[in-house]
Amino acid sequence: MKENTHILFSFVRDLLSYSLRGSRHYHLWMGLLTFFMILGAVFYIHQLREGLTVTGMNDYVSWGLYISNFTFLVGLAAAAVMLVIPAYVFSDIDLYKVVLIGEGVAVGALFMCLAFVTVDIGGPHRFWHLIPGMGRLNFPASLLAWDILVLNGYLAINLLIPFYILYSKYAGKKPNKRIYVPFVFVSIFWAVALHMVTAFLYAGLSARPFWNNSLLGPRFLASAFAAGPAFILAMLGFVKRFSDFSINESILRKIAVIVTIAAQINLVMLGSELFKEFYNPTHHSISAVYLFFGIEGKNALVPWIWTAIGLNVLATLTLTIHRYRNRDLFLYPACILLFVAIWIEKGMGLVIPGFIPSPLGSVVEYHPSLVELAVTLGIWAFGLFVISLLVRLGFAVEQHRIVYRKI
Amino acid sequence: MKKFIGKIKWDFFGKKSLSRRGFLQGASLLAGVGASIVGTGAVRNLSREDRERLGLSWEEYFKGNYRYMTAREKRKTVKRLERLAKIRRDETVRISDNGPIEHVLYGYAFNISKCQGYMDCIDACLKENNLDRKSNMQYIKIFEVENGTLSVDRGDSEFYHEVPREGHFYMGTQCMHCENPPCVPVCPTEATWKEDDGIVVVDYDWCIGCRYCEAACPYEARKFNWAEPVVPSGELTKEQHYLGNRRKAKGVMEKCTFCIQRSRRGENPACVEACPTGARVFGNLLDPDSEIRKIIETKKVFRLKEELETEPKFWYYMD
Repeated sequence: MKENTHILFSFVRDLLSYSLRGSRHYHLWMGLLTFFMILGAVFYIHQLREGLTVTGMNDYVSWGLYISNFTFLVGLAAAAVMLVIPAYVFSDIDLYKVVLIGEGVAVGALFMCLAFVTVDIGGPHRFWHLIPGMGRLNFPASLLAWDILVLNGYLAINLLIPFYILYSKYAGKKPNKRIYVPFVFVSIFWAVALHMVTAFLYAGLSARPFWNNSLLGPRFLASAFAAGPAFILAMLGFVKRFSDFSINESILRKIAVIVTIAAQINLVMLGSELFKEFYNPTHHSISAVYLFFGIEGKNALVPWIWTAIGLNVLATLTLTIHRYRNRDLFLYPACILLFVAIWIEKGMGLVIPGFIPSPLGSVVEYHPSLVELAVTLGIWAFGLFVISLLVRLGFAVEQHRIVYRKI
Repeated sequence: MKKFIGKIKWDFFGKKSLSRRGFLQGASLLAGVGASIVGTGAVRNLSREDRERLGLSWEEYFKGNYRYMTAREKRKTVKRLERLAKIRRDETVRISDNGPIEHVLYGYAFNISKCQGYMDCIDACLKENNLDRKSNMQYIKIFEVENGTLSVDRGDSEFYHEVPREGHFYMGTQCMHCENPPCVPVCPTEATWKEDDGIVVVDYDWCIGCRYCEAACPYEARKFNWAEPVVPSGELTKEQHYLGNRRKAKGVMEKCTFCIQRSRRGENPACVEACPTGARVFGNLLDPDSEIRKIIETKKVFRLKEELETEPKFWYYMD
């Protein structure tokens, strides 16, 4: 017992000191992220003082860039862990590596989710009203209460699993599959739940026909399955290129297949949605009309959504053709394009049209303010900071660069 | 491209370990901020009134959800709020914690043949409910609709010209106090609920400002305080209710409460009182002799978005 405590302390200490050391590129990158984090914090303090009036939101479009990013990042968090499934299906792959990266990304994305929700609410100092026991969490009536539970639970699982694996490695023991694999399975189901709950948050609102459809949840899943692994694939490519951490080529190819299939399914669902909205447009199609074509001369989202669709189609086509998918020169750019396309589509493209036109027919557009942009950038920097830190530590432990030494 | 990237020698994953300077600098910055917060312990120098204010604000911060307070807790918070109004702004207000009256269920009827779009109701509402003067918050909207349709969403709620306009009629909207309010279950903290007399209320001190209710409302009834609301002390309505027209802070939701501070005293809401054409009728739906009941029973009435099954208690009718 005493020895375990000692190992734990020295583990934490070694992780910290490893994080403080590094090459010039590492410090440059982390310094850059820190700069944007501080910048974001300064703008957030301004927002705290003045109120949400410094954002582009108003009583018509009452959620904006923050909640858009939140929605997208839930997908990223969920999909990161989805990578674990193929690791089981194709059981030849060494599990840890994928799990480590997937969960590093999941944790970073979850921190970003929580940060985006925090900066969006009007009274962050009242957060304790949400804590069961202290406050009153409106569970199970409110889907937001569900989301809070699912999000935090997911965060806990995804901190726990890599911690256990890395800690075992550090202590020179082999991680016991019997202990962590059940949690990996829980986290897979939890990831689906997390995503569906977030979709239901929107789909449950009968006041907003644009969201109130049964395809929303499945589309969330498909797009996340595409964007999440695409992000990780791009990261793996980066790691493979610029570090001596060996990554099995077959892992990359298999993830690429997953991304491709998810992207294809996502496009099919997009087609189904477009057909329903535009073959016989009803009163409930106005939001879609606004999104794709603009109404009353108001068309702020039109260039965005067409860019997203263009990128989406281009990336999916590239990935679909074996010859291109199997060449890094095409694969990685396609992944990045797909990621950007889904960020637009599942972020602003999903959230904003829900509010336009308003339930009583007003067409008021939304443009994010400078404050929103800066805070958003800051939170992304924060997320990337966390991901960089965790993945780098994960690799270091995995490669025995950080090991426990008995004194 | 590949060649170019290859030329840059990346060493992100730290095969060589170098300096720890950059991070120590960051750490010392954080420590400095922490120290300066602790260092401002000037509590001893505060005046007695300041200390009372701090004490009351502290208790206010940790109070519970109004809906679940005991009668005694309600009295206490009301007293604290009255005292704080005095200390903070030298305002003498009376805040009521009157509960619903038994055998009362409020309902509202709006006569679209009578309304001429004068908007006196909007003005009266702003004053009675101490709404933000800077944004001119409106619980009520008046839509100018062209003859030929009854769809309020084809109307215009932001018109600036002489009324009434030829070939148009006017429809007012506000919180419909639905029997089945979609805004209530979505709230993550139970900061909004339907009282026994049918009024849908918000606990302004419990709301965290997530605006989920605003997204859920099909009638655009909910209004958010995007900035600190401005109401000059001289214009403040001093007869207040905890769930009604007291001052609100920035970052919380508010909405029409059928002027709960008035209706629970047996008076009409300010909009009904102010309407010069008599287009607005308010009353007890459980009283068979009330005017509202007569209208619902004898006129051809309709409600907005009935297909959503929200069961609004706000009816429209024509003469």
